[in-house]
Amino acid sequence: MNNLIVLPLIIPIMVGIILVFLRPYVKLQRAISLITMIGIAVVSIFTLNRIQTDGIIRLDFAGWQPPFGILFVADSFAMLLVLTASIVTAICLIHAFSSIGERHEKMYFYPFVLFLVAGVNGSFLTGDLFNLFVCFEVMLLASYVLITLGGTKPQLRESIKYVVINILASWFFLVALAYLYGTVGTLNMAHISERVAEAGQGPLLTTISILFLIVFSLKAGLLLFFWLPGSYSVPPTAVAALFGALLTKVGIYALFRTFTLIFYHDPLISQTLIGIMAGITLIVGCIGAIAFKDVRLIVSYNVVIAVGFILIGLAVGTETSIAGSIYYIIHDMIAKAMLFLLAGTMIYLTGKSKIDEMSGLIRNYPLFGWMFFLVTCSLAGIPPLSGFVGKILVGQGAIESGSYVLLTLAFLSSIVVLYSLLRIFLNTIFGETIISLEDEKPMKMGMIIPIVLLGIATISLGLGAEFLSGYVADAAHTLSNPSVYIDAVMGGDK
Amino acid sequence: MEILMSILIGFLFMAAVYLILSRSLLRIIIGTGLLSHGTHLLLLTMGGLGGKSAPVLADGITDYADPLPQALILTAIVISFGVTAFSLVLAYRAYKVVGTDNMDLMKGNEDND
Repeated sequence: MNNLIVLPLIIPIMVGIILVFLRPYVKLQRAISLITMIGIAVVSIFTLNRIQTDGIIRLDFAGWQPPFGILFVADSFAMLLVLTASIVTAICLIHAFSSIGERHEKMYFYPFVLFLVAGVNGSFLTGDLFNLFVCFEVMLLASYVLITLGGTKPQLRESIKYVVINILASWFFLVALAYLYGTVGTLNMAHISERVAEAGQGPLLTTISILFLIVFSLKAGLLLFFWLPGSYSVPPTAVAALFGALLTKVGIYALFRTFTLIFYHDPLISQTLIGIMAGITLIVGCIGAIAFKDVRLIVSYNVVIAVGFILIGLAVGTETSIAGSIYYIIHDMIAKAMLFLLAGTMIYLTGKSKIDEMSGLIRNYPLFGWMFFLVTCSLAGIPPLSGFVGKILVGQGAIESGSYVLLTLAFLSSIVVLYSLLRIFLNTIFGETIISLEDEKPMKMGMIIPIVLLGIATISLGLGAEFLSGYVADAAHTLSNPSVYIDAVMGGDK
Repeated sequence: MEILMSILIGFLFMAAVYLILSRSLLRIIIGTGLLSHGTHLLLLTMGGLGGKSAPVLADGITDYADPLPQALILTAIVISFGVTAFSLVLAYRAYKVVGTDNMDLMKGNEDND
């Protein structure tokens, strides 16, 4: 039965390979990829519930006992992220059906989305640090293809920067792995954690932990986010939404995993340094979100702000704040996908991307306008929407541990998020209608339905926070007590 | 042997950094290639050189090579092969579409879109 937890990785890869051969049958590809994503969501709900009753589930590939073999470990944190990722991907796929165009669909769009999902899910589930590198690469290679697919001038220009920076980060990841292997002699995350605890986190291990911090920060967009706004604003809408929702979250997941499980001994790195980086990320992200007039750039900088906010939860480091971060990651995946879909649909409808060139869309597309208002409120953290719970828990954790500077920055950033999105809202959705009824492009059902679905998701995540709290509390408990994870992995067969 | 390897790795990294910091796209890709070679050698060295026999369990063999770095490097080589192939194709397409391989001219702003 433990084989269940490999399904989120293996199903997308298998289906993706099959879809390559179904290239001419676009409708069939659409149906199969959507069913696959829903299937993974069902599997992850089932696994998530099993984790609550049986504890952390692990799968030793080929029966090699840890620490000798590669293994998958499913705890609540990983499974919550897998679940959200598959739901968000399914919804983004629905948007892609009507927005991406047949040219993309015939050039293996769906297989690569599935490979991307496989890489993302593999990164969440793996219990082996080198396997994490491999899953990162699966994800990144698929993302390289998705970002360049279409081959327009801005896409190629920005994707070169994206590809080069990620290749660099990948090799630095491998350098960090080499040093870590040379120092502790193992790659199993739980085993590394045990050995680091035994040996004490001396200068050498601290240096290695900084290397890991740099690598994952590059992937997550923590402080080293200079590549992010450009590359997230060029791909087609559905791809940008997937990137905004999933890719930075994998980096954030890796940061959480390594700095709560392995390198948690030195608070100077795991709290102070990450706190400073998160603070600067928030400030610079806020400046970016206000400075630009291009809708795509504003929403890309909103991704940066969210990364800073989530990492404040890690920097504060109490169980409450980590639970807040987990809530906020789940919320952010949904809300950012919705925001990117809205921004892309806005550009599709008007043909413009600057906010001062659009106006009065609410008269042409009322539902669309109110959905934008909903996501604005949700990202600003207005109850009862989903952003509220995460923000309040992170804030509570920051007060408990006395990190008032981070607390101030975190909550000021919410105001800036609200301002930057209201600026889009007032300029483009409200105001004088400049598109006459004859000229307006009809809104495709396939574009508004996924946005509404994500809107429903953000409302129900806010109202149903109580329902989710058991899972999140378990995830936060595992993260703040490394021994739970280590026992589950190294404790032999149950 | 370790010292010799370290010097070699350092040299590869130095050359890679020099190439990556240049403006030409092709040099940058060659730079990332060199960086990957340096990283693979580092993996091998950090795993510990030496070990007289193959890592196969047999009677009387105590000094055997660590098989793990070799497995890791094999995986990493495959990845670096795929990534380099992709980035070469990307560079070629970008050169044809954007019309330059000079990174300074690829900044992308309102006049230069």
